[in-house]
Amino acid sequence: MSRRSSLGDRLYRGESGIDFVGRRRTWFIVSGVLILISLAALGFRGLNLGIEFQGGAVFSVPNATCSVPDARDTAAAATGADVIVTETGAGIVRVQTPPVEPAQSQDISRVLAEACGVPVTDITTQVVGPTWGAEITAKGIQALAVFLVLVTIFLAVYFEWRFAVAALIALAHDILLTVGIYAVTGLQVTPATLIGFLTILGYSLYDTVVVFDKVKEETKGITAQSVMSYPEAANRAVNQVLVRSINTSITSLLPVVAIIVVGAGLLGAGTLLDLAVALAVGMLAGVYSSIFIATPMAVVLKMRQPDIKALDNRVAARRGGSGRRAAESQEAAAAAVGVADGPAVETSAGRQQPKRQPRSKRGKK
Amino acid sequence: MPSANRSSRTGSTTHPGRLLLIMALITAAVAAWALWPGQDNAVRLGLDLRGGTQVILQPKAVQEGAAITDDQLAQTVQIIRQRVDGVGVAEAEVTVQGSGDGAAIVVSVPDVSQERLVELVGRTALLDFRPVWSIEGPAPQVDDTTAAASVTTDDAATSARIVQAADNTPEYQAEVAALDCLDPINQAGGSPDDPKLWLGTCDADGVAKYSLQPAFIQGTNVTDAVAQLPQQGVGGWVVSLTFDSDGARALAEASQELYALPDCVPGGASPCNAFAIVLDGVVVSAPRFNEPIIGGQAQIEGDFTAQEAQDLANVLSYGALPVNLEVVEVTSVSPTIGGDQLRAGLIAGAIGFVLIVVFLLVYYRVLGIVAVASLTLAGGLTYLGFIALGKSIGFTLTLAGVAGAIVSIGLTADSFIIYFERIRDALREGKTMRSAAEVGWVATRRTILAADFVTLLAAVVLYIVSVGNVKGFAFTLGLITLIDLLIAFLFTYPVTVLLCRASWMQRGSWLSGLRATRKGDGGEVEEASEGRTSVGVES
Repeated sequence: MSRRSSLGDRLYRGESGIDFVGRRRTWFIVSGVLILISLAALGFRGLNLGIEFQGGAVFSVPNATCSVPDARDTAAAATGADVIVTETGAGIVRVQTPPVEPAQSQDISRVLAEACGVPVTDITTQVVGPTWGAEITAKGIQALAVFLVLVTIFLAVYFEWRFAVAALIALAHDILLTVGIYAVTGLQVTPATLIGFLTILGYSLYDTVVVFDKVKEETKGITAQSVMSYPEAANRAVNQVLVRSINTSITSLLPVVAIIVVGAGLLGAGTLLDLAVALAVGMLAGVYSSIFIATPMAVVLKMRQPDIKALDNRVAARRGGSGRRAAESQEAAAAAVGVADGPAVETSAGRQQPKRQPRSKRGKK
Repeated sequence: MPSANRSSRTGSTTHPGRLLLIMALITAAVAAWALWPGQDNAVRLGLDLRGGTQVILQPKAVQEGAAITDDQLAQTVQIIRQRVDGVGVAEAEVTVQGSGDGAAIVVSVPDVSQERLVELVGRTALLDFRPVWSIEGPAPQVDDTTAAASVTTDDAATSARIVQAADNTPEYQAEVAALDCLDPINQAGGSPDDPKLWLGTCDADGVAKYSLQPAFIQGTNVTDAVAQLPQQGVGGWVVSLTFDSDGARALAEASQELYALPDCVPGGASPCNAFAIVLDGVVVSAPRFNEPIIGGQAQIEGDFTAQEAQDLANVLSYGALPVNLEVVEVTSVSPTIGGDQLRAGLIAGAIGFVLIVVFLLVYYRVLGIVAVASLTLAGGLTYLGFIALGKSIGFTLTLAGVAGAIVSIGLTADSFIIYFERIRDALREGKTMRSAAEVGWVATRRTILAADFVTLLAAVVLYIVSVGNVKGFAFTLGLITLIDLLIAFLFTYPVTVLLCRASWMQRGSWLSGLRATRKGDGGEVEEASEGRTSVGVES
């Protein structure tokens, strides 16, 4: 061996790599379990919705000289209701009350300002009516529905309907996981979080489109040959695009992580932080799903197509004729869905050069 | 592979210089637009970044189940804007987001107390019809200059001044006489009157001052008002009114009474033959009765243009606002906290940017410089774009927008990461550096267009459907996606092509960032690339 070639080169040539497509059952099970946990958390714990969704008022007092109990007593006396008082990052006391009339909120600001020794103009207030949250949510769902219909049409035209379905499954996966993490951790869901979720839609699909585009390119005219099966070609495409996926994830996550660190350090709770957390979670889920879920799912759907089925049978038969594993391979080929498991897992190192050294390579395994 | 055919097609036709020239022209144009001297050349900051108060109102139809029309919304915004302007607030913004039942009216002002703003905008505009008692000239009429002075200082207050009293007393008359209808604030309205009291007020154009008796019809009694040309075809536009039964009865009574009176002229007899249509405390029209009106159908004639008639019809139809405004959200941000948020956003952006620069330079070396230059240019264009859009369409940058911008750094970076990886792929297939830059681009172009289209679609849908913060975020995301496309096609691509033509890059210097793929790197690579080719031929 003259010189070690880079990981990127080996991934490109298919010499090394992860069998994303062949081991799809593993990923599906992992994701299935995570989604079940998410759904369970959602069902049992529910989401910690911010005041925007249930109505209420929030007062943020910067540089407060009052203690949290002081602020709680003051606000409770002014509203006559239970209030939630927390101290966030940079000495900001945050008082959350049930819905109040705008005029009453002014009074609360005033007493808080007095108790905490800050000018009343420094206090940031937000009062939200009880029905507004339902409106925002309705808008969000409406936006989601419109977007999904349009994007499905686009994907079906640009790729084909099977890819569109696989992309939507990956998308649902990302959203469920992200929402699940909010349910499990109890992080507050605010309109900013909602923006984050919606961005994840775009980001997740963006990522899936990039990966699918490579799969489409690698599998173009694949039925005209009989060396490589569809799952193998798709898997190579995913491995070839892997470096890009990793690099893009790094560049996308760096600024988001910066927001989380700066946001948590300087500001405490706020729009920026809410958004960044949702995005970080969603981006990770998006990159994961485009590789581990979307492509294998597209392959599963593709393998039901008659010409692809025929191709995979041809490839299996060809290998079966020259290799030791004939019976096993043919059996696998007959059960169309399972076809990739055998050869793809077993011969990941050698399958790109079947004609050159089929026996020796396979023999090593 | 398909890309092999394409390279021959595109290879010779690229003119990197031309593309860069277009980019330079676009950048210059945006910069000129944004930085043209003599205007406010800074990004317009949203309320959450500079401090201020924002009220979101939701219109609800008065009648259950009735739809809210665009006209009604426009009229509502008009009235709210009048009221906010009436109190002399600088830079108030009143916008409608969405339409129909889901619409929201967002009022943002930099520094008015929360109470005052909610009171101002949450009120339903009041329309009533009052018999005119007398008309005077617009100027204040007082015997004594000191009294006038004191009245004016009093008026320096913030909202339109009206005079109300239970009866036509001398004090009331004196106050009406002192009223200054030349003052624009007093013509703007915004101080709703009590219909049961006498009212001394100005007309909306500042040409006259009215003393009015208590209202005989309220705006809610008007069932319909349309602008039309009279059927006989004589005269100009008229406004036809239809009243409900209460309104019709009151109109019949009042018209019979007023019809007999002398015409209203400044300084003339009182009471006189005219009734005033009063919206939010200001007289918008004061027609006289030509005849008693019995059937509940009236026509207001005048030398109306089509526009004037339409405006009056709008006031009459919607003046009393068939929408109720519900205050659904009040946010007030102190300038200190707003500034902190902005600073944190900028710091986070700067840190994120530096980290990305380091990563790109380490990983891609010389191509990393192209990448960093692309990112910097994208950042610059985005900044200039914010300024330019602030000037042209009133774009304001909110915190959600800042977040959108920071997030988009990653999306922008993705474009050239895809490109660089494609170049490597092409090199692995044995292409020369020069043609790899072209071949790689063909594949990249398609991917970027498809992927950015999805992001753009998300941005457009979000922008159209959503309200508030989400809208600002969607706008920023869409803008930056467009800038991303621009940079990828007109900057990253031509610069990379030029770079790959340079001889030292082609020799495979370690600086190129493509070292591991250099040709003739050893048996393994050669062998593998051959193997790769054989598959390619078969596929």
